[in-house]
Amino acid sequence: MGYIYILSAALFILSLKWMNHPPTARRGVFAGEIGMLLAVVGTLVGGHVMNWTWVMAAIVLGSAIGAPIAYIMPMTAVPQRTAMSHACGALAAALVGTAEFYAGQHEPGRLTTMMMVPLILETLLGYLTFTGSLMAMGKLQEILPSRPITYKNQNVINAVLFAIAVALGVRLIMVPTDTLLFPIFAGLSLLFGVLLIIPIGGADMPTVIALLNSYAGLSACAMGFALDNNLLIVAGALDGSSGLILSIIMCKAMNRSFTNVLFGAFGQIQAAKTTGGEQRNYRSASAEEAAAILEAASSVIIVPGYGLAVAQAQHKIRELYDNLMRRGIDVKFAIHPVAGRMPGHMNVLLAEADIPYDKLIEMDEINGEFPQCDVALVIGANDVTNPAARSDESSPIYGMPILDVDKAHTVMVIKRSMSPGFAGIDNDLYYMDKTLMLFGDAKAFVSEIVKELPAKAAA
Amino acid sequence: MLNNLEVGLYVFMLATFVGLEVIRKVSPLLHTPLMSLTNAISAISVVGAILITGREGATDLSKILGFIAITAAVTNIVSGFLITDRMLKMFKRREVKK
Repeated sequence: MGYIYILSAALFILSLKWMNHPPTARRGVFAGEIGMLLAVVGTLVGGHVMNWTWVMAAIVLGSAIGAPIAYIMPMTAVPQRTAMSHACGALAAALVGTAEFYAGQHEPGRLTTMMMVPLILETLLGYLTFTGSLMAMGKLQEILPSRPITYKNQNVINAVLFAIAVALGVRLIMVPTDTLLFPIFAGLSLLFGVLLIIPIGGADMPTVIALLNSYAGLSACAMGFALDNNLLIVAGALDGSSGLILSIIMCKAMNRSFTNVLFGAFGQIQAAKTTGGEQRNYRSASAEEAAAILEAASSVIIVPGYGLAVAQAQHKIRELYDNLMRRGIDVKFAIHPVAGRMPGHMNVLLAEADIPYDKLIEMDEINGEFPQCDVALVIGANDVTNPAARSDESSPIYGMPILDVDKAHTVMVIKRSMSPGFAGIDNDLYYMDKTLMLFGDAKAFVSEIVKELPAKAAA
Repeated sequence: MLNNLEVGLYVFMLATFVGLEVIRKVSPLLHTPLMSLTNAISAISVVGAILITGREGATDLSKILGFIAITAAVTNIVSGFLITDRMLKMFKRREVKK
């Protein structure tokens, strides 16, 4: 059995390696599937498994639930599915830890300290990730309010709760026979998961999801230590480090420090200073004018943001893209790392609309191209284009890496109104002389532009 | 001789470094499918769940908790791999354009 696990671990690593580039990525998924199949079959055959009805019934039930989810889920809902899947994974780990703890009561000497330390870590992380992920999912699905929910002394209360949970955990490690304490410990972990996530706003979700990913992985890893199974340790560590890297990337992109995130202390930047009521001038334009400007351009960079996903405008964008490409206009997409609601989400949405992935350019690469670009078309993105992040030290988003949209020759912004974005700050970009505001729903406006374009070609 | 804990810690350390190196190279283009994939892989906890449920003389509590754990993990495995593949199928190069 051990040899099969080694093979399976190697396949998981290969799977992630092939995931590096789009052409080999599907092979990566295949490798992962084979690795998983080997691990499961190896366990079933070589693990002295009894109670077959229970095991097989659960496997069948899980497959019956999992398969439809994968096919029915629309791509815009992928972040929710991911959060749900963190919750399932964490729950599985927590329940195994719980079962192990109670089963160990019947065998004196089984629950040694070396066994209890990982077991307590596993259940603590598992339960808090379970409820935390459910909260994240609720916020993404907008069952729960996506704005931060805060109350007085929030951080103190959270810290105290967490300290009590850890203290109980330590006590359980020392006296593993104290079965009465365990439910309290589990309950506190569950509660802490809820409290950890509710103060976090919708804009921070990409970081949170990545972080929960990491926690879920670490809890599987702890299970590996408790059950003395190296395959679990490898797979858990891979997942943990992947989540860690993604959350660091997200943190950098959002200009937040990593320690802030670790302690769940986001949402601290509350609606910042409102710029004094002075009326500032901006220019707006109609779809017809916008179409004329696009037609005259030779290079266009489209900057899609969260608003595009909300308006479900990705297929209309694709029509615009096709239309402009047919006219020999160079069209590219500038993707900010936090565009969308989870890491890389915007890429998936645009890929779903059949936009070739070599046109989706990351921030660092595309920023050099803005000064040569005729038109930058911003759709539903706000804070990530705000030049204040570069220049205004008093701005709450100062230091956040942004797309240098303001360097393009002409800027057009499709937006519902002049209202500020998540961070609650005004965007100087909108008041520049070369900026045209296009007011309206992203989807409706883009389709109007597309409608205007062919007419011009015929004329 | 190394005891099991030491071996485990070695494995953990090495796997973490491998993970960090491999994941760092993943193109941001694929971060969402990557997360779905690691999700499916971390559902390896199904192995632990099967061992707990299937252990000889498992109590009813173990069986019930194990049953839920297997169900949750298998849901992750199946939906995780399938949705990752579904997403990746959508990433196309320009040549494919009709």
